[in-house]
Amino acid sequence: MTTTTVEPARPGMSRRQRARLTRGAQYAVGLLVILFLALKTDWKSFSDSFFRLDIAAAMWPRLLTEAIRNTLVYTVLAFAFGLALGLLLAMMKLSSIGPYRWFANGYIELFRGLPSLVVLFMVAYGIPNAFPGFKFPGDFFGMVTVGLGLTAAAYMAETIRAGIQAVPKGQMEAARSLGMSNGRTMFSIIIPQAFRIVIPPLTNELILLVKDSSLVYVLGVSVAQYELTKFGSTFLNTKASPTPLIVVALAYLAITLPLSSLVRALEKRFAKAR
Amino acid sequence: MSTTASGMPSASSPASPGGAGHAISIRNLSKAFGDHVVLRDISMDIEPGQVVCVIGPSGSGKSTLLRCVNLLEQPTSGKIWVGNDEMTDPDVDIDKVRRRIGMVFQSFNLFPHLKVLDNLTIAQTKVLGRSLEEAKKVARHNLERVGMADREEAFPSQLSGGQQQRIAIARSLSMDPELMLFDEPTSALDPELVGEVLAVMKGLAAEGMTMMIVTHEMGFAREVANRVVFMDGGYVVEDGHPSRVIGDPQNARTKSFLHRVLNPMVIEPEDMHPDGLRDAISELAP
Repeated sequence: MTTTTVEPARPGMSRRQRARLTRGAQYAVGLLVILFLALKTDWKSFSDSFFRLDIAAAMWPRLLTEAIRNTLVYTVLAFAFGLALGLLLAMMKLSSIGPYRWFANGYIELFRGLPSLVVLFMVAYGIPNAFPGFKFPGDFFGMVTVGLGLTAAAYMAETIRAGIQAVPKGQMEAARSLGMSNGRTMFSIIIPQAFRIVIPPLTNELILLVKDSSLVYVLGVSVAQYELTKFGSTFLNTKASPTPLIVVALAYLAITLPLSSLVRALEKRFAKAR
Repeated sequence: MSTTASGMPSASSPASPGGAGHAISIRNLSKAFGDHVVLRDISMDIEPGQVVCVIGPSGSGKSTLLRCVNLLEQPTSGKIWVGNDEMTDPDVDIDKVRRRIGMVFQSFNLFPHLKVLDNLTIAQTKVLGRSLEEAKKVARHNLERVGMADREEAFPSQLSGGQQQRIAIARSLSMDPELMLFDEPTSALDPELVGEVLAVMKGLAAEGMTMMIVTHEMGFAREVANRVVFMDGGYVVEDGHPSRVIGDPQNARTKSFLHRVLNPMVIEPEDMHPDGLRDAISELAP
């Protein structure tokens, strides 16, 4: 050691030893907090109200056949609708034709700025009022698809646009040089690559939609249309216990956690094809 | 008459109208990006079977000239014919003409989401309307031509730069082009991979392919090309047989460019600020 002048904070202790000591102290504090909370908790009363197995069991078959099923159906329909509309909006936003761009910009700003709940209400009550006699294809399911999908489309449009712009310019040039038309290049070359890029943010969108599907419960829904949150809150009222909330929360996680690992698997699969 | 900056007539002085038997005809082509003029009143004809190397310092407009030929850049003024089709005609079916023009890029631009074989078949099936079977046959034939027959199942990212560029050449060849444009095809390659790409291009030239090549490979230009165009500042400065343009350049700018390219280790005093030179030397011998 000649020129470097690192003042040792405590003699005899290397930089690495000090880092290890700091980390150890952090673990110890964390552990103490957890211990303190665990000791203070009244486990008996907690489990009596939140983990009533009899109530959970009473929810059982319908939890899967109605609540989870409907949540998934609303999510998938709204996602598909939002994806198709979002792709269209993204291409309009990248168009060289002014009015297309203006429309896409206006749409995205409008629907990103409105709460999903307001949009859902407007679709559910506004459209039947504005067009008397109009019925959504698929009825209630069609209405939910549009009500949730309109907002999702605005977010997905921005995501897909960024993905398309992330594809190098040379890809367009190479495809056009081979004689492909602009549209053919978009669909065969640019969009497939853009989707590989936007899989993680789109999954994020899907997970948000899983949770947004709970908004359906503010519409007057029949029993067969209950999704998880509505289903849980009905049990909450009739059983006078918070246990259904825990069950519903776990059901949401059972849907969203596998989605995250699905993305990781997809990303791994596409790793060499990028 | 199209004159060069030196006042010399170009080797093929184009007086005839475009089209008419030429592979490429360029008349009074100018290109500006905003206020920045890149090409100034270029005229030239390229004949079928010619192998033309376009050389010159960076920023001289040589890549822009090449990219104007298949309209990747829209000329500011002037006309371009490829065969009998006028590229600059607003009514031209550009996709149809581009099928006949192969293009090879500095950065390869293979489609990374497709396997090698699919890179070669996609335009054949979607543009030429060939059946997948036929397209695969053509693709495999061309993979063999570039020495990549064993890698048809690979993704581009699994290949070296030299291999990717050879695939890109095979992709263009699969469209059965009348002529091929090469935009610095070896500039992005590690030095030891340049040879394999040049070898493929040399083979193509020997088969009689019409080629227009923007390159810095003087050895290749001298050996393979039968015409060299030297550009500087948006002008064609010299145009002729490589033995003349490279071997015996007339123009001072050509001489200075070739001197720098062929002797990269020679430090010209005027090229370097005195302080920079002193620093460079003191770094070598502290």
